[in-house]
Amino acid sequence: MNTVGNVVEATGLVKHRGEFTLGPLDLHIPRGFVTGMVGANGSGKTTTLRTLLGLIRADAGSITIPPAGEVGIAFDQPFLLPDWRIRDAVAVYAGFRPGWDQEWFDRLCRRFGLRADAKVKELSRGEGNKLTIALAMSNHPELLILDEPTSGLDPAARADLSDLLREHMRREDASLLFSTHITSDLEHFADYLVFIDAGSIVYSGRLDDLVQDFAYIHGSLEDLTRNNAPLIRGLRRGRGSFDGIIRTADTAEFGSGVQIDAPTIEQIVVHHQRRNNEED
Amino acid sequence: MRVIVSATSGVPLYEQIVEQVRQQIMAGELAAGAALPSLRVLAGELRVSLITTTRAYNDLAAEGLIVNVPGKGSFVAEFDPDEARRGALARAREGLRQVVARARPTGLVSLEELTGMIEEEWER
Repeated sequence: MNTVGNVVEATGLVKHRGEFTLGPLDLHIPRGFVTGMVGANGSGKTTTLRTLLGLIRADAGSITIPPAGEVGIAFDQPFLLPDWRIRDAVAVYAGFRPGWDQEWFDRLCRRFGLRADAKVKELSRGEGNKLTIALAMSNHPELLILDEPTSGLDPAARADLSDLLREHMRREDASLLFSTHITSDLEHFADYLVFIDAGSIVYSGRLDDLVQDFAYIHGSLEDLTRNNAPLIRGLRRGRGSFDGIIRTADTAEFGSGVQIDAPTIEQIVVHHQRRNNEED
Repeated sequence: MRVIVSATSGVPLYEQIVEQVRQQIMAGELAAGAALPSLRVLAGELRVSLITTTRAYNDLAAEGLIVNVPGKGSFVAEFDPDEARRGALARAREGLRQVVARARPTGLVSLEELTGMIEEEWER
């Protein structure tokens, strides 16, 4: 396959924002595949994407990314002037995008039910999302980077967007990097996953392998010891039982009484985020 | 090529693709030289990830059922029934060799028990 290599690479990436520090991160986004990015609010997803794109300057590290004309981006914050009509705003925007395909953009708008004479400020959150995604896709970029593209969309619109992103991926060298809170967006779609927590990478690799690297553990409280309890992320103690997520490699630290299952992506993410609550 | 996958069947998605394509090639429904949909088109249609279709096509190629031509696509291989049978037997023997290598040195599993287990799995 001619899809070897990475479309985006970052080494030793660091960004300070007030109290928050992102990194140092090493990131590799494989060319020709779909990479999902998950993590809690404030974990650093948006900062990572913006830093990769050079929209905010990194404090340290090196970044390799295709030229701006080959990268379509869509972020949650709309960047079009609120009083403009879509048609006029797009005409200006298109002037800056080499390879702009107006016919394709018009088709996307019809599909999304966006009217060209609507004002930007009249759009609902979901409509605004669809517009920025249509703008990002309309010069057929090699790489799409979308920040929470499905947020604010109802299930039908989410399904529609998912179809659209799959169409984008039909191009032989197309790559996609997107962040999401909705882990079902990733299933049967994302090939790779980057999981960020508190500015650091918890996991970066194939989505299939994630489920092998972590395990969902549940058992009764007497199975917990001083030694093995700290190995559990997002430990939840009930009256007689507990559950949480562990690294599969730590399985041997627990007795034979516990139940160990293949985790869902959701379980891994949720339990990781709960970790600090237990420690407080 | 007709492929329908189920996310809830418990069988890995790539395996479902391999099984259905293999069956169609064996039955002659997919003739030698016929082009298969590209990895990307198939992933889009079946709503599975690219890694899934890539794995399926790589497995089919490893079995000699299809040929992946870089830059051109994937095609049904020339299919010789005798060759296919030899391949299937060789793969079966390889699998059995591993099973025996794991079972015999323990001294805890008899040949009769092993044969019995193969029969059970066969009927499953």
